[in-house]
Amino acid sequence: MAYSDKVIDHYENPRNVGKLDDKSKFVGTGMVGAPACGDVMRLQIQVDSDGVIEDAKFKTYGCGSAIASSSLLTEWVKGKNINDAEQIKNTEIAQELALPPVKIHCSVLAEDAIKAAVRDVRGKQGV
Amino acid sequence: MTLPIYLDYASTTPVDPAVADKMMECLTTSGKFGNPASRSHVFGWEAESAVEVARADVASIMGADPREIVWTSGATEANNLAIKGCAHFNVRKGKHIITSRIEHKAVLDTCRQLEREGFELTYLDPDESGLIQPEMVSAAIREDTTVVSIMHVNNELGTRNDIASIGKVCRDRKVFFHVDAAQSAGKTPIDVEEMNVDMMSFSAHKLYGPKGIGALYVRRKPRVRIEAQIHGGGHERGMRSGTLPTHQIVGMGEAFKLGHELLESEISRITALRERLWAGVADMEEVYLNGSAQQSVPGIINISFAFVEGESLIMALRDLAVSSGSACTSASLEPSYVLRALGLNDEMAHSSIRFSIGRYTTKEQIDDTIAKVRRAVEKLRELSPLWDMFKDGIDLNQVEWSAH
Repeated sequence: MAYSDKVIDHYENPRNVGKLDDKSKFVGTGMVGAPACGDVMRLQIQVDSDGVIEDAKFKTYGCGSAIASSSLLTEWVKGKNINDAEQIKNTEIAQELALPPVKIHCSVLAEDAIKAAVRDVRGKQGV
Repeated sequence: MTLPIYLDYASTTPVDPAVADKMMECLTTSGKFGNPASRSHVFGWEAESAVEVARADVASIMGADPREIVWTSGATEANNLAIKGCAHFNVRKGKHIITSRIEHKAVLDTCRQLEREGFELTYLDPDESGLIQPEMVSAAIREDTTVVSIMHVNNELGTRNDIASIGKVCRDRKVFFHVDAAQSAGKTPIDVEEMNVDMMSFSAHKLYGPKGIGALYVRRKPRVRIEAQIHGGGHERGMRSGTLPTHQIVGMGEAFKLGHELLESEISRITALRERLWAGVADMEEVYLNGSAQQSVPGIINISFAFVEGESLIMALRDLAVSSGSACTSASLEPSYVLRALGLNDEMAHSSIRFSIGRYTTKEQIDDTIAKVRRAVEKLRELSPLWDMFKDGIDLNQVEWSAH
């Protein structure tokens, strides 16, 4: 399968790989996908008291497109308010990375991951 | 070293230069371009004699009589001709056929077609090492069973079934026995007498011959009768019509002759390379050999690298031409049906890589492969949340995943 240059770039040099402190109430974790399906994404965001995302980290088990989708997402959400971050659509990710139709599910997973992370941090802060 | 390194010999092989030379002698005006079926002039006679030399070379690799060889377009057509042809010819005796779940699609899809026509199929599950045991076949044979089709060597795992024992079961129970030998010719000894095989499928391009040509062995004594699937000029004793492609056939003949001559030396050389490759990766954590270590051909080795997804591994191994059991390589989300049939869970199936070693593989290429694989697996595990969880002692089977 031919990958776009952007997918290869994110795959070769993934941005923001890592882990944030799960226990902090300013950290939200979104873990989506399943090993059986071949993709698991863990996206974590750290927010300030205004709900602005100060830091984002990910780890992804999955194909190159899944890794690239999550890597790109961490770049996009940094500096955004969580209300804006959860509006990111999978189609924007798919378009930016020029994902072929069989890889659209990778971008859907990334959208699910940021939504889950925002939900998690909201829950922790009781808002 | 030239990159990428080709380690996909089970998929196809390059044509041996000696084979290509022979093929080139059968194309132009100065060569044997005639129609082998032309009986009235020397052009036809020359082509016919080249075809008959090739037929004898192919027959010789399996200890058959040349008259038992039928040319086809490849192993897919040979499998179709054998299974459909034999099932249809013997339909009055019964409509039950036995095969295995890990056959090549050329056999499985042929069987599905027969099911649509009203035949009854039994699909045997292999044991956990990927082998079909003779007792499994014996237990599945019924009064109305006409054909058993079991592959010699599995294309994804390299496992080698005990064809002689299965053949004996079939002969004793008077059931026709077909074997798909696409992956075994030139890789392991074949003897159709010792193995009690009635029909056997072959492909040229898996053994350094050209694509587009194969053969079906059809036993003469006791005679096996099959219904033709392609009708035309009555070529190949009526079993397969169509003008014989002299250059393709000559290529297959030369390839099989070479494969036969080199069999023993190739087995020992490739075994050493396989062992070197396995020793080079086996000391990493969570690395598993799929299939049978004992009962297999040396050229195919299938390895799962747990917590790493196969397609991303292939992407990391861009300098290696290998294939993956992962779903993502196809449009479907299903991982390899062969690995699933062994009882491997989806994760392990997704994490598997098939390396297939061949005539032109060198020790240096294997060493380079080991280094590249180790680097890629380490990199991807660094990226893998599953590896984190495994390292934290979390049992992944206890986690509730959101399947998608």
